[in-house]
Amino acid sequence: MPLLEVRNLSISFGGLKAVDTFELEIEKNQLYGLIGPNGAGKTTVFNMLTGVYKPDEGYIALDGQDLIGMKTIDINKAGIARTFQNIRLFSEQSVLDNVKIGLHNEYPYSTLTGIFRLPRYHKMEKAMNEKAMELLKVFELDKKADVLASNLPYGDQRKLEIARALATNPKLLLLDEPAAGMNPNETQELMDTIRFVRDNFDMTILLIEHDMRLVSGICEEITVLNFGQILASGETKTVLKNPEVIKAYLGE
Amino acid sequence: MAAVKKFQSILKNKEVSRPLITYAMVILAYLIIQVLISGGILSNLLQGLLVPLCIYSIAAVGLNLCVGYLGELSIGHAGFMCVGAFTSAFFTKCTMNSGMNEMVRFLIALVIGILCAALAGYLIGIPVLRLRGDYLAIVTLAFGEIIMNLINVVFIGRDSRGFHFSMKDSVSLNLEEDGEAIMNGAKGIMRIPHQSSFTIGIILLLISLFVCYQLVNSRTGRAIMAIRDNRIAAESVGIDITRFKLLAFTISAAIAGAAGVLYGHNLATLIATPANFGYNMSIMILVFVILGGMGNFRGSVIAAVVLTLLPELLRGLSDYRMLMYSIILIIMMLYNWSPKIIAFRERHFRGKLHKKEEKEVA
Amino acid sequence: MSFLSNLINGLSLGSIYAIIALGYTMVYGIAKMLNFAHGDVIMVGGYVVFNLMTGQGMNPLLSVIAAIIVCTVLGVVIEKIAYKPLRGANSLAVLITAIGVSYFLQNAALLLFGSDVKAFVSVFNVKPFRLAGGALTITGVTVITVISCIVIMIGLMLFIKKTKSGQAMLAVSEDRAAAELMGVNVNQTISLTFAIGSGLAAIAGVLLCSAYPTLSPYTGAMPGIKAFTAAVFGGIGSIPGAFIGGILLGVIEIMGKTYISSQLADVIVFGVLIVVLLVKPTGILGQPIREKV
Repeated sequence: MPLLEVRNLSISFGGLKAVDTFELEIEKNQLYGLIGPNGAGKTTVFNMLTGVYKPDEGYIALDGQDLIGMKTIDINKAGIARTFQNIRLFSEQSVLDNVKIGLHNEYPYSTLTGIFRLPRYHKMEKAMNEKAMELLKVFELDKKADVLASNLPYGDQRKLEIARALATNPKLLLLDEPAAGMNPNETQELMDTIRFVRDNFDMTILLIEHDMRLVSGICEEITVLNFGQILASGETKTVLKNPEVIKAYLGE
Repeated sequence: MAAVKKFQSILKNKEVSRPLITYAMVILAYLIIQVLISGGILSNLLQGLLVPLCIYSIAAVGLNLCVGYLGELSIGHAGFMCVGAFTSAFFTKCTMNSGMNEMVRFLIALVIGILCAALAGYLIGIPVLRLRGDYLAIVTLAFGEIIMNLINVVFIGRDSRGFHFSMKDSVSLNLEEDGEAIMNGAKGIMRIPHQSSFTIGIILLLISLFVCYQLVNSRTGRAIMAIRDNRIAAESVGIDITRFKLLAFTISAAIAGAAGVLYGHNLATLIATPANFGYNMSIMILVFVILGGMGNFRGSVIAAVVLTLLPELLRGLSDYRMLMYSIILIIMMLYNWSPKIIAFRERHFRGKLHKKEEKEVA
Repeated sequence: MSFLSNLINGLSLGSIYAIIALGYTMVYGIAKMLNFAHGDVIMVGGYVVFNLMTGQGMNPLLSVIAAIIVCTVLGVVIEKIAYKPLRGANSLAVLITAIGVSYFLQNAALLLFGSDVKAFVSVFNVKPFRLAGGALTITGVTVITVISCIVIMIGLMLFIKKTKSGQAMLAVSEDRAAAELMGVNVNQTISLTFAIGSGLAAIAGVLLCSAYPTLSPYTGAMPGIKAFTAAVFGGIGSIPGAFIGGILLGVIEIMGKTYISSQLADVIVFGVLIVVLLVKPTGILGQPIREKV
């Protein structure tokens, strides 16, 4: 059984089909790419997968669990975490706190426990701090733990978003243009980090990306979207040689 | 030596030191005023202002939780004060002749006032918090006005047969000879025992500050701020938006309720007018919050105290008080939020910083 | 017959709300902000007319024109000083600033004109209409109010449809960035919106004070908030919506006052606001918006 199974997914905005009969199957531990020209509907797919938009029709299942109709928070609890194309950090809080917010549901304690600093508060906060620092270390952000998130350089902000998503302990990680705005060196580093995350966290990753070097470098399989419809899908190398795909990209 | 070092390290941690400094300031101010009172230096006028100062400070701290940390503008908090004031004063009136210990009675009244305000906040929060921004603000205003207007048409009396309720007038309560109208519509509640004191006010202020500081430096506080900073991202990491919004709003209303209890037991007659429980009061408290700094509880207290005392001390200024508030409010908002002014400040400020760094390198 | 006369009173009050609501709705649609101080501009208009007419003995029509000019200038100045610098800032900050402006106008009026309630002499000298053999009397003010409201609304709709400036307003309200790219002068358009809205507020002020002949620094606050309710009720951003919302709210208020309880009139009006926002936040004629992620 695939980890993520998407069948016949469609949504329209104001009469326009933004995504039309989209299908996707991702195996556990896979690194999967979703590419396509601007406006092809890639982020819309992410928004449907995470319950931000309700699809008009279709079926989404994670590990056999039907996700259709679930709210964003419940989908996160079911095991999907994401990053955003236009970075969405908790900008007025520290780097460490950003990750700790991601750990919110993993280390629970009640509001009263928090106000009166009961023993459980200290225990949970300590565990949370350790776990958060561990995650930050993966992204080499541990030395910047006390920095305000909005003061991080752009590349670090993207990394922090991934760290925060990982903190929710997902089964599937969705990355929306993780390399956007990065220079070639940073992108290379990011590719290593994504591989590292996949291997060390036993993670399945679906990513949207425009940087073809990154896509061909790390994605085993890809799906190409164009005007809301699937143009091609399969092994990365084969798909990128597909004349239709090349045409769609050159014609952009 | 070890103790000193430990103390120093505590002070370095802002999460710990910030509340401690605030508590210390409040306690110090209390002690100084006690000395001034016993020395007979404090005028009657100023002594009369001590409890109101506590009321405004508490209300401002509570509202700051809502505006500064939750990021939702409420212009209806005076309504929650109103609920706290009337429910607690009603209880006090009902149990006045029961022989209950005065302090115990006041404590129960306090709990009742806070719980009722919290309940009002909770019930109002459920629908209101679904709205965003401007709409939310205007609906809190609407609820505040509704509460105030409703209080003015409620008549409750008691006689040997029990409680009587009416929304028309005191005659339709049909009280027996021995009966007494406790709540008298627009005439409010009369002859309430004077139980609020400066000491009680300061204790309530300290408790409010404690609850707020501890709350924001906890898991719950982080969730609340996450919603403020980026609602969509907060949802994506599994934070229950509705639950934490409602929680913050309810606690904020409860604190306003505590301020209301203090208000209700400070004057013999409690009436609800636009001046004390209308949106003008809500806006005045908002002014304290904005001027003290959103998200800065200590600032709220300082702003409430300074802005209340200053016009009283500079007598000639009291006519201009409200005008001054409004001008300061506008200037503060422009200074803190105007994109152009922020850019200008950053250029200016950053310039200085760079020079400093260069010096250090040299 | 008394029902009919109440209905007519409701229409009259509703027309005043509608004129104020038009100002709210235009500013909200184009500058995307809730101009909390709009109601207080009404009060300024009232004071200008009162001082010129009762104080200086000026011709009523001239004093109304003077009030319109003063309020128009005031509206534009307020926008330039307080709101324009905050364009692009957090909407909470803009709203708080608007509250500050409202507070400023009220307290400036308090210092300038005193806190005592002035008895306003109606600007209009029109004989009441007696219908049904004297059983139903409609005052001149009522007739003028309702007619003004209809004329203003039709005028505004024509203005927006037929003139270049009106089209620019429409463009800015739909997509400010795109309008700017198309060569629309956004700053000028927003200024014009404030000018029109404030001019209308002056007219509303005169009508309000003529129908309810008292004037104090707080005269505008409540009608302002209620007119905002009307704008939301009708669907904020929509001109016919402001009209419908205003009329309905006026009728609801007068009917509630008469048949339920005079003290609960405000409760009823605000209750309407809450119910509308919860059931259909976009109002009767408003359009839904989708949030971008």
